[in-house]
Amino acid sequence: MTDNSPLLEVREISKYFGSVNALQKISLSVNAGEVTCVLGDNGAGKSTLIKILSGVFSPDVGQFLVDGAEVRFTSPRDARNAGISTVYQDLAMVPLMSIWRNFFLGSEPTKGWGPFRRFDVAKAKALTSKELLAMGIDVRDPDQAVGTLSGGERQSVAIARAIHFGARLLILDEPTSALGVKQAGVVLRRIAQAREMGLGVIFITHNPHHAYPVGDRFVVLNRGQSLGNFSKQEISREDLVRLMAGGAELEALSHELERPLPDNPIAEAQENA
Amino acid sequence: MSTPSLPVDDERLTSTGWLTRTLRRPALGSLVGAIVVFVLFAITDSTSKHLWLSSTGFAAWSQQAAFFGIMAVPVGMLMIGGEFDLSTGGMTGFTAIITALLVGQLGWNAWAAIVVTVLFAALIGFINGYVVTRSRLPSFIVTLATYFALRGLSIGGVLLVNHGSTEIGVGTGTHPGLDSAKAIFGSSFLKSPDLPNGFQTAILWFVVVTIIAVWVLGRTTFGNWVFAVGGDLDAARNVGVPVNRTKIALFMSTSIAASLVGIISFTQSSNAVSEQGVGYEFYYIIAAVVGGCLLTGGYGSVVGAALGACIIGMAFQGVIYSGWDSSWDFTFLGIILFLAVGTNTVIYRRAMKARR
Repeated sequence: MTDNSPLLEVREISKYFGSVNALQKISLSVNAGEVTCVLGDNGAGKSTLIKILSGVFSPDVGQFLVDGAEVRFTSPRDARNAGISTVYQDLAMVPLMSIWRNFFLGSEPTKGWGPFRRFDVAKAKALTSKELLAMGIDVRDPDQAVGTLSGGERQSVAIARAIHFGARLLILDEPTSALGVKQAGVVLRRIAQAREMGLGVIFITHNPHHAYPVGDRFVVLNRGQSLGNFSKQEISREDLVRLMAGGAELEALSHELERPLPDNPIAEAQENA
Repeated sequence: MSTPSLPVDDERLTSTGWLTRTLRRPALGSLVGAIVVFVLFAITDSTSKHLWLSSTGFAAWSQQAAFFGIMAVPVGMLMIGGEFDLSTGGMTGFTAIITALLVGQLGWNAWAAIVVTVLFAALIGFINGYVVTRSRLPSFIVTLATYFALRGLSIGGVLLVNHGSTEIGVGTGTHPGLDSAKAIFGSSFLKSPDLPNGFQTAILWFVVVTIIAVWVLGRTTFGNWVFAVGGDLDAARNVGVPVNRTKIALFMSTSIAASLVGIISFTQSSNAVSEQGVGYEFYYIIAAVVGGCLLTGGYGSVVGAALGACIIGMAFQGVIYSGWDSSWDFTFLGIILFLAVGTNTVIYRRAMKARR
């Protein structure tokens, strides 16, 4: 293990489900303090890739390296022990429960011994507030039910939780897809914060406008294949959008959807042509 | 300020004011309900000595409440955990019969009989929980099956071993340990000239069960898991909560509580009747729902369930003291249930509303 080896790297991994090539020769890497974005439309193979990175599946072919050393995860627990934490779309939070109860769910701090071992509620509340404040999240009241939080706040709590439990690398599965513009902004700010804290982030999304501002590297997937692996200097936002949407396809689509403005001679001319 | 700042402290204060905090308590509806019902029967009380407000009245309704409450509290916890147990009423009768058989017919030491009864109840609870978690069938169906199986066993089994009688007593003669068991489970305390029969020990058990449940639910890791498995099973599983173990433990707690009720009723009267407890499972569920436990799980309060049991106890006794026909109990309970669910839903929606 060397200091400058990436936190996580996969080299030419492939995954087959029967005769279906779910992923073909995908390579990506993420360094500490960097954000690698994985972009792709529905069915591009993003979900399969996440499942491999988080230890749910093993790749059929290819190398999987953590800190420069090859590893083979057999369960999500292996990945978590290696400091790789996945924040899923469904967030693994219980809406009816308070923030502090959710924060420590499944890993509750305890005090006392024997039959009097109990949930250290004071510690849980204090730690929750502290961790959320460290991320700059103002949850007016940790007793508030998670269900009453906005989508962006919920994602923020989930990210703060992953960081608290020792994550060095966050895998965020479409964290902005169900959110409005403002809420998506909140989540993007969290991603930037995690990056500043020295964590590696793999940000999976189908929205290049969300990916471009925070991303350092971009991997674009299409039908299980990589369309390229770019650093930010190598690609402009426009190119990313075009690549993502399949270039020519989008242009054809916009042409099809465009409507001639009334009294527009150019449009009329085009229509008559 | 250069960075967009979050709302100022003022908003923070108003959003967690005492009113919101109070409304967020799921037990609030049942507390208000209990006070209303208490005052109502104080007004309608038609006994010559105004017994409702005397210690006699208090002892009368609280002992009924105790029998409902010892069950309503674990049943409420199970509902918070997202499951139902319809076998509870039948279990109270069945466990009383087991103890009665062991003591009365087989001549066991009463304490040994009690231990075996509790272990047996734990086993039934384990089976309920195991079948529910493994088969993924609704607990409603699984425990309904248990209920019918137990009920058949209670009636048929007792008729078989008891030569045609549905009642099992201890008969005459000495029964080792029965007196001490009676002192712990089936006696009374605080006897006075005004109240020659005192308060039943069952009331103390009710208090003990409630305190344990409050502590477990609010202050232990297990309690956190109970809310989680009822609130969102997949999320709970994803973060590593042992969901099956949690549910099985909940089913075992309702069964063990049922055996406690069975043991108390047996030691009180020194006999057991096979039809005992049949139909009571609905009172337990009513008490829990009145207490703010959501039918869909994930939310509720054991204090609320205990207060719900008090409301039911008061209803049964209050109807008698008011000189009404006791058939009105059911109508009264129906109305209470309806009002409570309505109130709780309003409170719940208010508490869950995003305050932004």
